[in-house]
Amino acid sequence: MMSGSVVDNTVSSGNSSAAIPTDISGQILDLDEDDDLEVFSKDTTLTDGSSFNASMQTSPASMINQYKFEEDADTKDIFVTVDNPESHVTAIETYITYRVMTKTTRSEFDSSEFEVRRRYQDFLWLKGRLEEAHPTLIAHPLPEKFVVKGMVERFNEDFIETRRRALHRFLNKIAEHPIFSSSEDFKIFLTAASGELTSHKKQGPGFLSRMGDTVKAVAAAVRGVRNRPQEFTEMQEYVEAFSQKISSLDKVTQRIVREQKEYLEELKECGPTYALWSQSEEELAEPLKNVAGCVDRCCKETEEQVKNLSDHLIPVLHEYVLCADTLKMRNDLDKAEDRLEWANNALKSDWTRWQKVMRTDLRSAFVDTAERNVSYYEKCLAVWESFLHSQRTDAEGNGKVDFS
Amino acid sequence: ATLQSTILKERAEIFDTDFQMSADANHQNIQEREREGGRMVEKGTSLLKKMEISVAEAEKRTGKNAVNMQETYTVYLIEMRPVDAASEGTNPVPDSLWRRYSEFELLRNYLLVTYPFLVVPPLPEKRAEFVWHKLSADNMDPDFVERRRVGLENFLLRVASHPDLSTDKIFYSFLTEENGWKETVFETGFQAKADSRLKALNATFRVKNPDKRFAEMKHYGDELQSVISQLLRVRARAADRLYGVYKVHGNYGRVFSEWSAIEKEMGDGLQSAGHHMDAYAASVDDILEEEEHYADQMKEYLFYADALRAVCRKHELTQYELEMAAQDLTSKKQQREELATGTIRTFSLKGVTSKLFGQETPEQREAKLKMLETQIEEGEELVKERNAECEEFVKSAWVDIERFKEQKDHDLREALISYAIMQISMCKKGIQVWNNAKECFSKM
Repeated sequence: MMSGSVVDNTVSSGNSSAAIPTDISGQILDLDEDDDLEVFSKDTTLTDGSSFNASMQTSPASMINQYKFEEDADTKDIFVTVDNPESHVTAIETYITYRVMTKTTRSEFDSSEFEVRRRYQDFLWLKGRLEEAHPTLIAHPLPEKFVVKGMVERFNEDFIETRRRALHRFLNKIAEHPIFSSSEDFKIFLTAASGELTSHKKQGPGFLSRMGDTVKAVAAAVRGVRNRPQEFTEMQEYVEAFSQKISSLDKVTQRIVREQKEYLEELKECGPTYALWSQSEEELAEPLKNVAGCVDRCCKETEEQVKNLSDHLIPVLHEYVLCADTLKMRNDLDKAEDRLEWANNALKSDWTRWQKVMRTDLRSAFVDTAERNVSYYEKCLAVWESFLHSQRTDAEGNGKVDFS
Repeated sequence: ATLQSTILKERAEIFDTDFQMSADANHQNIQEREREGGRMVEKGTSLLKKMEISVAEAEKRTGKNAVNMQETYTVYLIEMRPVDAASEGTNPVPDSLWRRYSEFELLRNYLLVTYPFLVVPPLPEKRAEFVWHKLSADNMDPDFVERRRVGLENFLLRVASHPDLSTDKIFYSFLTEENGWKETVFETGFQAKADSRLKALNATFRVKNPDKRFAEMKHYGDELQSVISQLLRVRARAADRLYGVYKVHGNYGRVFSEWSAIEKEMGDGLQSAGHHMDAYAASVDDILEEEEHYADQMKEYLFYADALRAVCRKHELTQYELEMAAQDLTSKKQQREELATGTIRTFSLKGVTSKLFGQETPEQREAKLKMLETQIEEGEELVKERNAECEEFVKSAWVDIERFKEQKDHDLREALISYAIMQISMCKKGIQVWNNAKECFSKM
């Protein structure tokens, strides 16, 4: 029987699938306790089909196997997309829904294709549920609830698009996660009609979407790491340092965007100046107009470049800033509890997994950025080369000096 | 020889032929200059064909100035080397002397006064303008001094390749006689002319029948000055911003490096990517240095615009003086007529006083008439002279303006092309750096 600094709970331990408790944190503790117990006693009551406590769907043994299972794109059996934002107006509010499409070969799904519409609230709910159920695991962050600085309109096109991409990434992270993707809540999220989802939400203790509560639960559950203090410290130190670095990168990238925008403002005046000049000239009019056009085209490319950074690199960096913050918080509140090997492994495996995913995400984000930069310079190069070409043919045509 | 001097030499050759053709038109100018004691070095050839001119070095000196105070100034080494010697294989020590900026100014002022009908090449700016924040506005700054050295050399090459200016004696002695040159210049008495002309130029005067072509030219000069100023301003601001963009990327280098220290698998990729970000940030210095050269080319024509306007202004003055002389003559003739016929048509104080105090005696009238006759004769001579002056001015000026136009079109077109080449080089560097970075990132 687990004891120690367990929070006093109001509900007796026992059946994990009891009715809704008043003190949730205690319940969760209990859950874990029971889970541990049940795990070791191979009690399969967990899989009693309760649709409200969607914790482990599979048996512990197979779960451990899943942890060893390497993410492989070829064996991916579920594909999720988020697109097609639409605005809905009711008497009370205006909100956006997104289309969530699922294609899967998993047997637990009734069919192979699903299409539903979900709003941001629904995503928040899902995240909350998953964190509740698996406090030891690392969930990917969701885009922020409200607008970030720089944007004014909640329903601004760019904002919606940025959010859509983030929601898409979030769902895909869930789908790729060995444990999360087998969650019942996840399945319901992907498949249930709006009415169904609403009633499902109402039934479960699903309002735990606030980060704070989740963190407390997570903290309480991070036990037994005392068994491996060195690893824990290492992870703590790493998370702290990583958080700093990723925040710096986020800031640096935002600064670059700012500087680029200011550069663009000045560059926008160059083209018109050359054009103005061409009006006073005769022989020079053509090359001057040409240069004006080239500068204008480079302006457009620069504008797109700035947009790319804002749309692609910054959101990813930002998500990892949020991730790092979450990780830091769980580290901060460590409660000493003797932890069973299983929990340790769970945390460690997910941690390893998370690091791998992080590496992949950031690598592809930076590779993408580098590619876009190359493309930017290639386009500008083409612009100026066409100018040179026009001047050469002009000069040679007029019998002037050849300057190749 | 630098590319620039080759180009200027080529142009000098072209204009030598022009020079021959317009020799007759300029004949009067030549005569006038000979009258003024200006001896030509060589008739019909441009100086650059024979001599290579360069401003090779700059040095700091200290000395006492006019008010006996200690001052620090920069001197520039002018070298002249005969063209043939280089190709013959012999390498004689070049003739060289040191000059400071104020002496260049003196030379140019002399040329301006002596050849008011020519578009005199401009000097590099006296004080750094249109600077962006990284550039120094300090005259003692080594970068500024270096750019000035180049500008001064350019000035000398321009003068030396000009069909008329290159043959000027004072110019030649500027290049050859270190000591006593200043005195020689002052001895020409050009300053007296300068003063009177300057006074006239500053005074506002209206020309009754402005020459349309010159009015247009002046207007063009105004526009050119305005638009190039605007371009230089905008460019400087853009350069400032671009500098910021590149330099901020240096922070990536720093953070990647720090981050790589805490990573196992990503470490190498991050570290090397960081180095490329540093290289990217550093590359902007060279880029902007090249752009500064482009800005200098534009500046030269900004100042050329001023020289062009000066020619137009001086033409206006010449025309004004002619009109004044003509006007004076007409009034004198009218006075004579009135005196001769006894009718008073024009108001004159003499007329009024004579009415008040009685008519003049026949002797008085005779004397007056005679004086008027002399004045009219002189006046007619003056009008003829001024008219010839005006015609001469117009002819010479217009030849030079055409020459200038061709030079400007050619030079500015080349400047635009070199700007494009610079942009291309910048893009190529960017492509290389980011491809390298991409490779490093993929190894993360």
